[in-house]
Amino acid sequence: METTITINVLALIARLLSGVSVRWVDSQPDTCQRVYFANHTSHLDALVIWSSLPAEVRARTRPVAAKDYWMAGRIRKYGATKVFNALLIDRKEIKVHQSPVDLMIKEIGNRDSLIVFPEGGRSEGLEVGEFKSGLYYLCKKRPDLEAIPVYIDNMNRILPRGRVLPVPLLTCITFGPPIWLEAGEPKVDFLARARQAVLQLKEG
Amino acid sequence: MDDARTRTLILVAGMLLLLGAATVAVRILKRQHNSAINPAILETFRLRVHAWWILFSTLGAALLLGQGVTIVLFGLIAFWALREFITLTPTRPGDHNTLFWVFFVFTPLQFFLVGLEEYPLYSIVIPVYAFLFIPARIAFAGDHKRFLERTAKIQSGLLICVYCLSYAPALLTLGSLERPINTTGLLLFFILMVQLSDVLQYAWAQIPSRHVIVPTISPGRTWEGLLGGSISVALLGGVFWWATPFAFWLAALMSLVIALMGFAGGLTMSAIKRDRGVKDYGTLVEGHGGVLDRIDSICFAAPVFFHLTRWLLPYL
Repeated sequence: METTITINVLALIARLLSGVSVRWVDSQPDTCQRVYFANHTSHLDALVIWSSLPAEVRARTRPVAAKDYWMAGRIRKYGATKVFNALLIDRKEIKVHQSPVDLMIKEIGNRDSLIVFPEGGRSEGLEVGEFKSGLYYLCKKRPDLEAIPVYIDNMNRILPRGRVLPVPLLTCITFGPPIWLEAGEPKVDFLARARQAVLQLKEG
Repeated sequence: MDDARTRTLILVAGMLLLLGAATVAVRILKRQHNSAINPAILETFRLRVHAWWILFSTLGAALLLGQGVTIVLFGLIAFWALREFITLTPTRPGDHNTLFWVFFVFTPLQFFLVGLEEYPLYSIVIPVYAFLFIPARIAFAGDHKRFLERTAKIQSGLLICVYCLSYAPALLTLGSLERPINTTGLLLFFILMVQLSDVLQYAWAQIPSRHVIVPTISPGRTWEGLLGGSISVALLGGVFWWATPFAFWLAALMSLVIALMGFAGGLTMSAIKRDRGVKDYGTLVEGHGGVLDRIDSICFAAPVFFHLTRWLLPYL
């Protein structure tokens, strides 16, 4: 890991470049263990959410990202491993005895928080896609985690799918109030509720 | 030349004095509890004073470091203002590459040409060549939905935030070997008059018997504000004539033009904001609105002030 100063400077640069404005709606930044789940429209989403957290929260928060994308190229590799300490998931060969959710739970221990994108891939347009079941299993195995919905606005205009050159528009990130998996809540209901929590932040 | 330097220093000292007085006035008024002044107005004024400190200290530092640094500073301001403008403007995925050109080619190019003092080029590169390039590039991307509307929005953003603003640092390039003028003083005078006209129009609009000019767009702008503000700015401009190449009456007249153009700028940008359903363009500093909210009047006044000065210089 790089020194704290390097990391804070890089986070500041990321904030300036993405021009992000951050809102916490009925919610406060906290170092307790959380899972931030957000809509996914751009490769830069994880980086921008990570950089918009306060420094002490950021130090304990790890984005979950695809290994094949983040290990390609030296800059990405440096960022993922040395700066924001990403938890890289191998999408190509998922091992039977160690599912991504098990890996996440093992890696965070009783200290770290996670940033996840439950849509799986990046969504095409302005719609937020259906959530995959990983978030449900994560919350089922660790019911103490606070699940914080996050809505990222405008990132799909900054770096749309399939483009290489970013356009420097301003982003807005909204953090919402936490939700928890309720006892006996069916998977489909929970995922729909989580998706609704993200969509609600879009309107506010 | 030393004379020009002394005058600039006096102007800077005068501005510092004005800013200091405004800061002290805000502090004192804030402490008085049941004062006659509306707390909301006082808060607006406090934020204004805060923004002025940032604006004038940055501008002062840039001017000390030289013409090149000042032009780069205005280039960065233009870049950020354009960011705010395009962020609020709905564009489609087909505009992506066009926007890339607008941000990373035309914006730096404009300020680069101002730095080279190439007036014949920088006065037409955006209004002619970028004007033609933008629709052609969008057409090339193949998305024809609301074509003219998208084209016009990108063109307007580039013209207002980049082209018009670039005329402010271009003031530094005026004058010639045969007719040297104090360009630093001219730029400071211009920015000072724009800011004074903003705040004086706001102050005059607070007096009773309000006649709102355009209620549907800007309920805060009144005829009293426009007339009172413009006349006060004209008088103040006359007081500062010694910092400019103009005689007393001409400095007053130029300030009047600045006040009227500043009014037009604020009103136009309000109309765009109202159409988009927002109050401010951005949130760079909490509570301050965006960069574009602070520079809208500069954008409108700069080209007119530049061209009038350029045209009048041979007769002065």
